[in-house]
Amino acid sequence: MGIAVRLSGVSKKFGSFSANSNISLEVGQGTIHALVGENGAGKSTLTKIIYGMHRPSSGEVAIHGKTVRFASPRDAINAGIGMVHQQFMLVAELSVTENIMLGNEHAGLFRRLPMRKVKALIRSHADAYGLAVNPDAQVGSLSVGEEQRVEILKLLFRNASIMIFDEPTAVLTPSETDQLFSTLRALAVQGKTIILITHKLDEVLAIADTVSVMRKGEIIGTMPAVSVTKTGLARMMVGRSVLLRVANPPPSPGETILSIRNLGFGSPKGDKKIHNLTLSVRAGEIYGIAGVEGNGQSELLQVLWGLSPDGTTLSGEISLRGEPLIGKKPAEIALKGVSLIPENLRRHAVILNYPVSANLIFGRHRERCFHRGIGFNSNAIKQYASEMISEYDIRCTEPSLQPISSLSGGNQQKVVLARELNRPGISLLILAQPTRGVDIGAIETIHNKIIEARIRGMAIILVSSELEEIISLSTRIGCLYKGSIRHEFSREEVEQKRMHEHEFLKEISYHIT
Amino acid sequence: MKQKTRQVLIPLLSILSALVVSTLIIGMTGRDPLMIFLKMFHLTLGSAYGTGQVLFRMTTLVLAGLAVALPFQVRLFNIGGDGQLQMGAFAAAMTGTMLSPFITFPGAAVSLCIISAMAAGACWALLAGLLKVRFGINEVIATIMLNFIAHGITGYLLTYHFAVPSTVHTPPVRASAFIPAFDTVTGWFANSPANLSTLPAAGTAVLFWAILFHSRFGYEMRAAGLQPDAAKYGGINTEMHLLTAMGIGGAAAGLGAANIVLGYKHYYEAGMTGGIGFTGIAVALLAGAHPLWIILSAFFFGFLEYGGLTVNAYIPRDIFMMIEALTILLVIAFSALEKNMRHV
Repeated sequence: MGIAVRLSGVSKKFGSFSANSNISLEVGQGTIHALVGENGAGKSTLTKIIYGMHRPSSGEVAIHGKTVRFASPRDAINAGIGMVHQQFMLVAELSVTENIMLGNEHAGLFRRLPMRKVKALIRSHADAYGLAVNPDAQVGSLSVGEEQRVEILKLLFRNASIMIFDEPTAVLTPSETDQLFSTLRALAVQGKTIILITHKLDEVLAIADTVSVMRKGEIIGTMPAVSVTKTGLARMMVGRSVLLRVANPPPSPGETILSIRNLGFGSPKGDKKIHNLTLSVRAGEIYGIAGVEGNGQSELLQVLWGLSPDGTTLSGEISLRGEPLIGKKPAEIALKGVSLIPENLRRHAVILNYPVSANLIFGRHRERCFHRGIGFNSNAIKQYASEMISEYDIRCTEPSLQPISSLSGGNQQKVVLARELNRPGISLLILAQPTRGVDIGAIETIHNKIIEARIRGMAIILVSSELEEIISLSTRIGCLYKGSIRHEFSREEVEQKRMHEHEFLKEISYHIT
Repeated sequence: MKQKTRQVLIPLLSILSALVVSTLIIGMTGRDPLMIFLKMFHLTLGSAYGTGQVLFRMTTLVLAGLAVALPFQVRLFNIGGDGQLQMGAFAAAMTGTMLSPFITFPGAAVSLCIISAMAAGACWALLAGLLKVRFGINEVIATIMLNFIAHGITGYLLTYHFAVPSTVHTPPVRASAFIPAFDTVTGWFANSPANLSTLPAAGTAVLFWAILFHSRFGYEMRAAGLQPDAAKYGGINTEMHLLTAMGIGGAAAGLGAANIVLGYKHYYEAGMTGGIGFTGIAVALLAGAHPLWIILSAFFFGFLEYGGLTVNAYIPRDIFMMIEALTILLVIAFSALEKNMRHV
């Protein structure tokens, strides 16, 4: 078959920064082509060039052999290119059919919309590609997986022949992921070209025909997916060898630090988000909470940090070393030696406009040792910041001036980790999605620090949607499903099953769906 | 572009472009723009009296600007500077007339009046803050409505209870409640309304700057404004900071009113604060809500306000109101433009 997308010598500069330099790439028609690389490697810039959102500074883009110069995504859509963004571009108030037609209604200004025709089209596509979704449902009422199907149907409706997917599995459950993959394969068989941006290397190996690795704005290599291994890809991405699995020495759990008994959480709207949740965490162990997002993780974290919204009904007990925790405010909870690393780091854990060192004390700024007069002791903060920066390998140039927003996701996470792990008198650490949006190279450091903290005797709760992460770090694992722990793997079970990761993954998946 | 340069360059560029446009407009009215500008300079900064006039207006504007700027730091848009000034002015005049003549301790009478002006302004702003925090009512709407209510209350009390018969003003405050003019203290700015209020006004700007950027309180307050959710996770009482910012802002407006009532007019007069609160918004916007830049920004607007009056005989004062508004529009437009350019 022919070449669907050909890039020759494409470069893109933002000011003096080169986001893409001299990229040449060929994507064969009817293939699934994965684009992997760390954050900031230039994957999204490259796809935005193909999708007409950026114009290349130099070089050429050819679609199906014809050189094109897109002025806007509109041109790209007309040329048969479609994109499923990480954040879906859907109108929650409209129905599935209306969303699919949106911007492409095929109707005159005052003429009726061809609803019936479109619905029939949706049904036939749905059958052919495994994209079952009710055409009359309101999009706001759909699950994330269904919303993604609507996005794909939208592209099919527009006759897109080249489809770009940006991290499509980030929000899916394991079974939804499987379903998406079979859809992608069916699409490829029908001659559609799929460009897949991802950082999950397992997925690349599972589905892609060809894989291109990007690093620092360049394509390091393009090869058939069958010829590569996970570690080989990781090495190419980072530029050095990385440990994908940290060493996890046997734990020696101590006294019980946190115990949650029969916790119930009713949202202000009256939905039961958590019911009968019981678990306990001891000093020196990591309790991993596995689960698909939306099964009560966020609510559990809110309760633990004293931030459940007004109107929430809470039942049951939470005690920290025997003291009740419910009803306390975040500052009080923190004073008791609890640290939280929230799910959404950029929204909840840092002040993006504040410099790195100001963020290193954020939430701990009430500690006396940082004070002088009515302000802060800049020397003490400077010294503390430089200690943290070297200990946690935070890459930044001017900690007291550089805003944290200019750091990569991994380095931002390291700042938060450094701050929270070193809270004076800390005994409980609540970690949510500690490596989301973090590069492989930084994941290694972060995982090592978490294990170190456990060895020092901290009780740790780890909430993560990455099952591999849960498996490799946890001492015990609780499977969270619809607001309660459906199954718990004991320490012995975890240690034993960790040897056979693949089977263990499947077993956990079974308990969380 | 560095952030610092951006902060200075955009307002400067806006002022310059507004001046160019106004030159054209003045030209279209058939007057020689150069002559008008020269005359304006001569009659304002060229004379002690003119400088005093500019200084007097600038003083109120610094405080009216701060009343907007501080709430702005916690993402509240205080449109109620006008109402807060009005309540402050009325409170200052009332306290000043009703003071016991036995308060003789030097400075006590004037301090009491200033405190009541600030308290009145603070309360009026806090009302909007409470509505926001307790009931989630948008502060823009609340403060606008409170402007009308302040207008109504002061209008009623003045007309039916406190006005000197057949006038629209209250009796004068006691002489012990006067804020002395520069003229009487140092002999500067002869006969002009410039008074010692300028010093606390400048002091307030510096104080706000120190609190915001060099205290733990400001660290928390700015965090609460930049990312309220993150601030809550960090254990910061964001509601308290919203209320404090509003309250302190309102108090600044009250102090601005004291400048007019106690420093110049010595009584409350209907409409004496009209529109100053809104110019305060312009002052704060031009300064990017930075307390120290507000001093310069207030000077610019004070200069235009009085300068417009001095050349009123040649060109309508309305042209200068156009320049003021145009400057703000340009500041907003240039900031947006620059942001877009950074992102493409």
